Amino acid sequence: MIDREQVLHVARLSRLRLDEAEVETMAGELSGILGHVDRIRGLDLEGVEPTSHVVQLENVLRADVPWQSMPPAVALASAPEPFDGAFRVPSPQHDAD
Amino acid sequence: MPEELEAVIGLEIHVQLSTRTKMFCGCELSFGDEPNVHTCPICLAHPGVLPVPNEEAIRYALKIGMALGCEIAPRSIFHRKNYFYPDNPKAYQISQYDIPICGEGKLGDIRITRAHLEEDAAKTIHVGESGRIHGSAASLVDFNRGGTPLVEIVTEPDLRGAAEAAEWARLLRETVRQLGVSDVNMEEGSLRVDANVSVRPAGQAELGTKTELKNMNSFRFLQRGIEAELARQRELIGAGGTVEQETLHFDPASGELTSLRSKEEAHDYRYFPEPDLVAIAPTEAMLAEARDSLPELPAARTARYEAELGLDQAQARLLAGDPEQAAYFEAVVAAVGAGGEPRVVANWVTGDLTAALRAAEGADRPAPQPLADLIGAVAAKTISHAGGKQVLAILVAEGDADVAAIIEREGLAQIGGDDDELAGIVAAAIESDPAAAEQIRSGNGKAIGAIVGAVMRETKGRADGGEVNRLIREQLGL
Amino acid sequence: MADLLDLTVAEAAGKIAAGEISAAEYGGAWRAASATDELNAYLWTAAGADSLEPDWNGDGESAPAGEGEATPYGANAPAPADAGPLAGVPIAIKDIFTTQGIPTTAGSRILAGYRPPYTATAVRKLTAAGARVLGKTNMDEFAMGSSNENSGYGPVLNPWDRGRVPGGSSGGSAAVVAGGLAPAALGTDTGGSIRQPAALCGIVGLKPTYGAISRFGMIAFASSLDQCGPLTRDVTDAALLLGVMQGVDPLDSTSVGIAGGIALPSREDLAGLRFGIPRELGEATLDAGVRAVFAATVARIEELGGQIVEITLPHAEHGISAYYVIAPAEASSNLARFDGVRYGLREAGDEDLIEMYETTRSRGFGPEVKRRIMLGTYALSSGYYDAYYGQAQKVRTRIAQDFDTAFAAVDFVITPTSPSVAFELGAKTADPLAMYMNDFFTVPMSLAGIPAIALPAGLAAPEGAAEGAPRLPVGFQIAAPAFAEQKLLEAAHALEGALGFEAAAGDAIPWKGGARA
Repeated sequence: MIDREQVLHVARLSRLRLDEAEVETMAGELSGILGHVDRIRGLDLEGVEPTSHVVQLENVLRADVPWQSMPPAVALASAPEPFDGAFRVPSPQHDAD
Repeated sequence: MPEELEAVIGLEIHVQLSTRTKMFCGCELSFGDEPNVHTCPICLAHPGVLPVPNEEAIRYALKIGMALGCEIAPRSIFHRKNYFYPDNPKAYQISQYDIPICGEGKLGDIRITRAHLEEDAAKTIHVGESGRIHGSAASLVDFNRGGTPLVEIVTEPDLRGAAEAAEWARLLRETVRQLGVSDVNMEEGSLRVDANVSVRPAGQAELGTKTELKNMNSFRFLQRGIEAELARQRELIGAGGTVEQETLHFDPASGELTSLRSKEEAHDYRYFPEPDLVAIAPTEAMLAEARDSLPELPAARTARYEAELGLDQAQARLLAGDPEQAAYFEAVVAAVGAGGEPRVVANWVTGDLTAALRAAEGADRPAPQPLADLIGAVAAKTISHAGGKQVLAILVAEGDADVAAIIEREGLAQIGGDDDELAGIVAAAIESDPAAAEQIRSGNGKAIGAIVGAVMRETKGRADGGEVNRLIREQLGL
Repeated sequence: MADLLDLTVAEAAGKIAAGEISAAEYGGAWRAASATDELNAYLWTAAGADSLEPDWNGDGESAPAGEGEATPYGANAPAPADAGPLAGVPIAIKDIFTTQGIPTTAGSRILAGYRPPYTATAVRKLTAAGARVLGKTNMDEFAMGSSNENSGYGPVLNPWDRGRVPGGSSGGSAAVVAGGLAPAALGTDTGGSIRQPAALCGIVGLKPTYGAISRFGMIAFASSLDQCGPLTRDVTDAALLLGVMQGVDPLDSTSVGIAGGIALPSREDLAGLRFGIPRELGEATLDAGVRAVFAATVARIEELGGQIVEITLPHAEHGISAYYVIAPAEASSNLARFDGVRYGLREAGDEDLIEMYETTRSRGFGPEVKRRIMLGTYALSSGYYDAYYGQAQKVRTRIAQDFDTAFAAVDFVITPTSPSVAFELGAKTADPLAMYMNDFFTVPMSLAGIPAIALPAGLAAPEGAAEGAPRLPVGFQIAAPAFAEQKLLEAAHALEGALGFEAAAGDAIPWKGGARA
């Protein structure tokens, strides 16, 4: 119920690369899980509000007062490829938006 | 035919807010610094961090919404917009989706669909030779800007032309600028305007396929970009083609439109409610505070000037668009008092005074009362308009002065009105040029110039031209 | 030395405060114990850290890595306090919590070598109360799993039987407490990841109300479900740790704390309290041994004066389905930041950005993580959102309503914690769905956001085991309404006393030196 094409599409959206064997295994496993999960699709939940937050809070905000940022050396300490004070990456071949 | 295809334009505007800190963390916002000096684990999206919204950004968003006449949502939530890009460190942007903080509104004649809060991406620059990775093109990411609060404003496709769109964008910019919530500078990027452009046969209700125009960083380029795209679409359809939905970049230097490189698959942002943030439900106090802090905005002021002061629309818009000048204008109107005409004051302030100030570079406006006195003197024909301009130049130079004294000192007092002296001079001029008088009597209106000229020479320009004309005609029995 | 290790946290803290034992000696004893880990439960220990490491040991010295003033976001936090309710007590921390300067992996290869620039709020609250970080414990990768077999650093062994799993995802935390390698540990629970390993290892595991403890610094799996909680030898220790960690955190806008705080429980009977058993339990799949211990525990409750009431949770059976849509969906988004750009693994060699993303993530994530990212992305994708994610969130509402209705009639809801005792390594790895079913009894409380505790209630042989086979711990779960932790702990304390698990298990208890790890 989730086929090879869909697996490849979802993998691309997730930035995961699967080899042929993995694609097949994944299709099978996901189909199995979705087969179970599908039971909820048949439930009559008309008019039920979805829960996106269990906490009933509102307006939890932060005052617009600056705090001490990290020194750039610390910011870049974990960077796989620091370069000239910035995070270097291969150039995108497409625009973001 | 292409000419019968009407333009249908909507705008998407991003306003960078001028808060002190970022939207979801306390890093300071400032520009032009070394890269990555304003970051923290939150805006670098380290594992385990959580966002907390900036209360000032919420306030600014409410002000913008109110200034645009928007409905304020009693409860709005944040959503995650998921996509991978180096300038998007969480690989999702926190934004608002189907329940934005501001709903429908209107500015001028254009309807606003919505306005919502979100965070800005970081800055990516592409490097030259030295920065390449294994010989391949590389980019460097600076997260200083990442997380800046943005308000995105979306309009209905109510605009019908490129010029109108640019004009309206200017109105929007001025409106937002006066709120004090953003620098709204297109060149610097604190104001970004994208256009959704389509065409359709005039009278058709259904919309044509729209394209999105991005990256125009001035109002002029916005207008030219839209013009170019409208021409392209009209030509395409005229030749039997169809418009494809795409994103385009306008290059003002070449006038060319290029399609931005798109990803292989269409955008699927997989929006879902942001679980790390709770709802925004503006309280009465928050709403009142935002409302009370709104200044009189251009659209309202324009309307007031037209309705209450009798200015024509062009004059009203001109003044309303500059709050400093508008305030001055109103002070002068008040100083002139009852019996004065605001239209006349408006003409002086936006016309002669502006020219005089420009000529005397760096000069300040004179105090309102002396200008009011001057305007009154010209209106009463105590001096001619030309004489008034001379007085104005002196006023601008001296700032505050006794207008009557200046008129006296410069000898600019006009001869005319009830002054018999003028009638006498006119009579003398007619007598000394009977040929012209005869011409005038027989209907050659232009000949009056000779008599007027003689009177002006005799009075050294201090006669009121209209009064001279009147006296000449009266004495010739016309 | 061994006596020191037999003390509970509350006992030790009391004796240290009273000057009866020295913090240095106590800490030293635990450091030595932690160094004998044969269960693969620790990924990092203060004892094993080299001299360049920040010296997070029991002797009270050292500051966390990082110079400069403490920042509001947890960088440069002060060294462990000398006084406080946990002074001198070393605690094991699940490797899902960021600890500045100390390697933090979340059980994943994609964070191999990563040292966070800040420390999680929950950990800072512990150290502010005097506790020290004893070590970072192994876990299922990104908290996804019920057996700790999904770790990128190898499985954890159950101290009761090293051929079996300790449960997950807080398997390392459960194993160190049960195996005498730590006096207490911190874990996280999203669908049962504290309670289930606690049950399989015969210790106490508490999942507080969602929002009771700050999530800042807790590497996110499913944001609307994740909660931090203690794994301890007894209920009193769990209460002690909860009391220290709970509270509103300005860095976590979903945190609410527990109004009134937490007092150490003292209750010894259950008179006047009503315990609801969901009628749906009858149809659930349970090992016979687990069912027997459950029944015996219910009898104990009645002996203590508790009233047993039948209730119904009609939508609880759909908990697994809803959970395995919501959690992977949120996870697919939370794990997208692991892209090789700013920290962690980057697999270079490919100069194309998308290839870098794909190679990094494909090599850095294990199969279960990939599976859940795929599942979650699918559930959120265009055309499927309403049917899956949207629908699952509605089921969630119904489950929460079921509990609300139940709590109008009873004070607590009781169920087994896990359908089986600890299973053998490799027994359930072939079928993901079979593994997911371990969460059947724990998931509904997570979806509703209510607190629940797992108590060791007895021992049972594994299903189908031969006569005389070693018996393994069985956990008993008690759930309470939101923010009713005090009541919950009081009831659990009373039941714990009556069950006498420690005494009944005798020498089989691994931390008592019988089968010490």
